[in-house]
Amino acid sequence: MITLLYFARLREALGVDREQIDLPETAATLAALRSHLAKRGGAWAEEMAPARNLRAAVNQDVARSETPLKDGDEVAFFPPVTGG
Amino acid sequence: MSVRVQEQDFDINAEIAALRRDNPKIGAIASFVGVVRDVNDGDSVATMTLEHYPGMTEKSISAIIGQARNRWEVLDALVIHRIGTLKPTDQIVLVVVASGHRGDAFAACEFIMDYLKTQAPFWKKEITPQGGRWVDARTTDDQAAERWK
Repeated sequence: MITLLYFARLREALGVDREQIDLPETAATLAALRSHLAKRGGAWAEEMAPARNLRAAVNQDVARSETPLKDGDEVAFFPPVTGG
Repeated sequence: MSVRVQEQDFDINAEIAALRRDNPKIGAIASFVGVVRDVNDGDSVATMTLEHYPGMTEKSISAIIGQARNRWEVLDALVIHRIGTLKPTDQIVLVVVASGHRGDAFAACEFIMDYLKTQAPFWKKEITPQGGRWVDARTTDDQAAERWK
């Protein structure tokens, strides 16, 4: 299982803030997980599309599209940050 | 070095007094306070709500302070960032850096703030007369962080 977290505008667009899923065999990297989620269609296809400027973190560290994933990871997707 | 994410307001005088107490090596303290404006992108802002990623927020700000310590003499540093609903004139963020001399204190304080704006996982949602809207990231903030590279 991996834990998925969604924040801010993305959380509202998807209508979910967290979920747990089995790590799909095809989702060995962050980019692959993103395309897997996009296949859910609707808002998921739109929000997870490669053209969308999304940021991500794996286990609370900033991650890149090639970051590898493993069972037990906490993966977060979010829009560019706007604090301060 | 400390990082706090909290709903409550902060008192800059009390925070600086606590940070510099009994430390005779400190010769300079630079601070920055971010405040909620009543207008953003041409619309009046009634309130603003700050969301964050608990755990990662503290971790990322601590890492930013760590980078500042590698570049400048930082005797102590404090970052307080508020979350929840704020209104115009409210304080949002405090950065305090103590150093032996002003050059390091000024530079480290600005560096921490520039990196916090582009890396720490906070998101602002503004309530304007047109309704709620998530604030877009600004390229000028990315440029401000880039110049430290």
